[in-house]
Amino acid sequence: MRVAVIVFPGSNCDRDAADAIMQVTGKMPKMVWHREAELNSIDLVVLPGGFAYGDYLRPGAIAAQSPIMKQVRAHADAGRYVLGICNGFQVLTEIGLLPGVLMPNSGTKFVCKPLKLKVENSDTAFTNGYKNNSSISIPLAHHDGNYLVQDDELSQLEDNGQVVFRYEVNPNGSVNDIAGITNQQVNVLGMMPHPERAMGKTDANNDGETLFKSLMEALQ
Amino acid sequence: MSNDVEITAQIVAEHGLNQQEYDTFCQQLGRTPNLTELGICSVMWSEHCSYKSSRIHLAKFPTTGKKVICGPGENAGVIDIGDGDAVIFKMESHNHPSFIEPYQGAATGVGGIMRDVFTMGARPIALLNALRFGEPEHHKTRSLVAGVVAGIGGYGNCVGVPTVGGEVNFDAGYNGNILVNAMCVGLAKADSIFYSAAKGVGNSILYVGARTGRDGIHGATMASAEFDDDAEEKRPTVQVGDPFTEKRLIEACLELMATGNIIAIQDMGAAGLTSSSIEMADKGGVGIELDLDRVPQRETGMSAYEMMLSESQERMLIVLKPGTEDSSRRIFTKWELDVDVIGKTTDTGNLTLQHHGETVCDMPIAPLSDLAPKYDRPWVKTAKAPHLDAGSLPQRDAIDVLCRLMSAPDMASKRWVWEQYDRHVMGDTLMASASGSDAAIVRVRQTDKALAISSDCTPRYVKADPYRGGKQAVAESWRNLIASGAKPIAITDCLNFGNPERPEIMGQLVQAIEGMSKACKKLSYPVVSGNVSLYNETKGSAIPPTPTVGGVGIIKDISTAMGFASAKEGDMLILVGDTKGWLGSSIYAREIENLSGHKPPPVSLSSELQNGKFVRKANKKSLLRAVHDLSDGGLACAAADMAIASNVGVVLEPHSVLSDHAWYFGEDQARYLLSIDAANYDKLQKLAIKKGVSVSYVGEVRGGDIRLGSSRINLSDLQNKWEQWFPKFMEKTDANASK
Repeated sequence: MRVAVIVFPGSNCDRDAADAIMQVTGKMPKMVWHREAELNSIDLVVLPGGFAYGDYLRPGAIAAQSPIMKQVRAHADAGRYVLGICNGFQVLTEIGLLPGVLMPNSGTKFVCKPLKLKVENSDTAFTNGYKNNSSISIPLAHHDGNYLVQDDELSQLEDNGQVVFRYEVNPNGSVNDIAGITNQQVNVLGMMPHPERAMGKTDANNDGETLFKSLMEALQ
Repeated sequence: MSNDVEITAQIVAEHGLNQQEYDTFCQQLGRTPNLTELGICSVMWSEHCSYKSSRIHLAKFPTTGKKVICGPGENAGVIDIGDGDAVIFKMESHNHPSFIEPYQGAATGVGGIMRDVFTMGARPIALLNALRFGEPEHHKTRSLVAGVVAGIGGYGNCVGVPTVGGEVNFDAGYNGNILVNAMCVGLAKADSIFYSAAKGVGNSILYVGARTGRDGIHGATMASAEFDDDAEEKRPTVQVGDPFTEKRLIEACLELMATGNIIAIQDMGAAGLTSSSIEMADKGGVGIELDLDRVPQRETGMSAYEMMLSESQERMLIVLKPGTEDSSRRIFTKWELDVDVIGKTTDTGNLTLQHHGETVCDMPIAPLSDLAPKYDRPWVKTAKAPHLDAGSLPQRDAIDVLCRLMSAPDMASKRWVWEQYDRHVMGDTLMASASGSDAAIVRVRQTDKALAISSDCTPRYVKADPYRGGKQAVAESWRNLIASGAKPIAITDCLNFGNPERPEIMGQLVQAIEGMSKACKKLSYPVVSGNVSLYNETKGSAIPPTPTVGGVGIIKDISTAMGFASAKEGDMLILVGDTKGWLGSSIYAREIENLSGHKPPPVSLSSELQNGKFVRKANKKSLLRAVHDLSDGGLACAAADMAIASNVGVVLEPHSVLSDHAWYFGEDQARYLLSIDAANYDKLQKLAIKKGVSVSYVGEVRGGDIRLGSSRINLSDLQNKWEQWFPKFMEKTDANASK
């Protein structure tokens, strides 16, 4: 599996994502500066967490205009895989690869805590290592994770099984407790919680590792 | 702010210089200064920059040790943690700005302390903060808490450095002057530390980072005076932070550091361009010439005076090796930061400033530090505090007391605070505020080593007896690191006191420093960096003396990291250390009996050392399941912490002689509570005898209740009381105060 991690000036989980990829694949991913314009022979693009442009204007709004994002779109359009974590999810909604928006948390504050998610669809390249309907623990850390989408698009997401992760206790006001969604083609996943922080390294919880392992198996 | 104004006695006074200081300056200059020169001298000789009231006493601290690479005097302290790795750390106050504008004041405090650390070549890996607010009932407290916490989170979360620990306390003594002390710990290579001495003549001086604006002018002078009724009007002197720029500045500086282009580097902190350029030149024994027209500016029409005194954030000054200007510039351009060569080092020994084709300042640099005022201010010993006789206090139900203490503002869960901090970014946080350990524990990236970090001070002890309280702050810091499985290495400190021109306040400072020094020496726990914040007073009322201690220790193997969240059903509870039932200046005395100002607990440093070494040894021999240091609220509160964190009940037996309140809530020092597998009891006992340490069986880990003798409460009921105080307190104005 050839992986690229996109680095924006304010990305701050890029190293963590790279470490997670390294842990699972044994190979360091390619770190791609956002002004570079090449994504050749890459299987998976990771848009990492952080504050790509300081969350100025809106989280992800300026990053969406970066040169690399044209390549990321082309990569996704070609059916290859994209994983957006936290700020990466926000960027994916800004460029329209995923529907909806991520608004400020309903509590108006930054929230950092471990959280239980329900795996709603284990029939994707990202989640095939999980049991359907299983409960997993993935930490969360964001200020703008309150997912909102128009009613018709919401029904579509639900009907198509595009809602992959749901919060067991809603931390941010997200509609239908949505924590992570895929696109219709199921090759783009955006999620607010941080699977790269649940790799069994700093505590016993390795529920995030399963996601990266699933991808590795699917992409081999 | 033209340079042509006549320097009157009033202008001099407005700059915070007294007549004698001004005369010294004029004599050395051989003429009357112009306004820019006066401004520069005034900030260099402010209390904040010159430490004029504290310097002779700070010299009492031990600052060297086997592991110390760099002690006080540089931007931060540096210690050796083996394998070629070094840890760089410092704590600093941002009290005055945070009281005036809590969000930006706290945010820029975090930004400033990070710059002190990465300036020396370290990647910041952990942040802590010690916060002291006024009493919860005070009308400003809630909005200050909301603003400060949001500011700390807003900055640290965005930069992407985990905020892993700290303190939050409340006391009426801080009603008019809160304390925001921020600590940053960074990781560097021991052979790649960067210093600030600008050696060599003719080398380019590179300005990088944010543009210079009019914000923060005279911030250092503000931090060197008391507040009065017009504190609100000082808002324009508070700087505004931009964590996104800081993040890029860190990455760009670390990238530049890897090139070998740098001779010297210094962040622009208090007194901005003035202190950074003067300190670099002074340390390097050179002069500096700056062309102020080249300084990136975000406002038009700024005068030389304003540019030199601006405290705009996220700026650095770098002296480059000849010929590296273009390659250095490219790095900052890549990170979309302003960058320009604004001057060069000279052989004149002078600070020379050009602005609009005119020389607006030309004065010798060395005297600004050599002749900086240094005062041996008069001080008096703090009056002897009376002894509190525990026997004179009424008997009370121990569980009822426990519930009241665990839900008191200082003791209640701070979840409301730390859930707003990203504690796990960078992927190396093993223990943070949520985890149940006496110190935060952060792994040294890609190794099996970790750092234990803690922040400590018990101001009510320091107030009652500054010497003993100073000793205690250091001892508790040391104990917290031991209880986390670490070997304590060194400390940074942040000495927050009132107006040093009052002998009783100066006395607090002197005695606290002496107590701290004594403890640091005995525990081989040197001071490698620090900060002094004086004039923490409003309308003549001083804060409780608060010498915050930031301790750092090393854990050689993360599998030996310790906490108090791992007690198991069936474990034995063992108390290490002697209990006399000391209640003077305790949380019990304050919260339950409304008594304060009594003699705080004695601190036996030899017992600290002995008991600490014993706990470390027992941990190395894998005899321990969980460890908690005993501090505020004594044995019962430590056991309750352990029970809540481990999610299992505890039973504590009453003492055969001591009354319940003395036994359960006394705050005798040098004590630890251990939870051990009963099968290890004999081995632990033997080790204790060998080491001459007193250990006693005090109860066990069992069931779903907290039991103190015959009185009990369900664990989750106690946990609810402990968890609920903070959110209930904040919910009243939460919605509109967060930013």
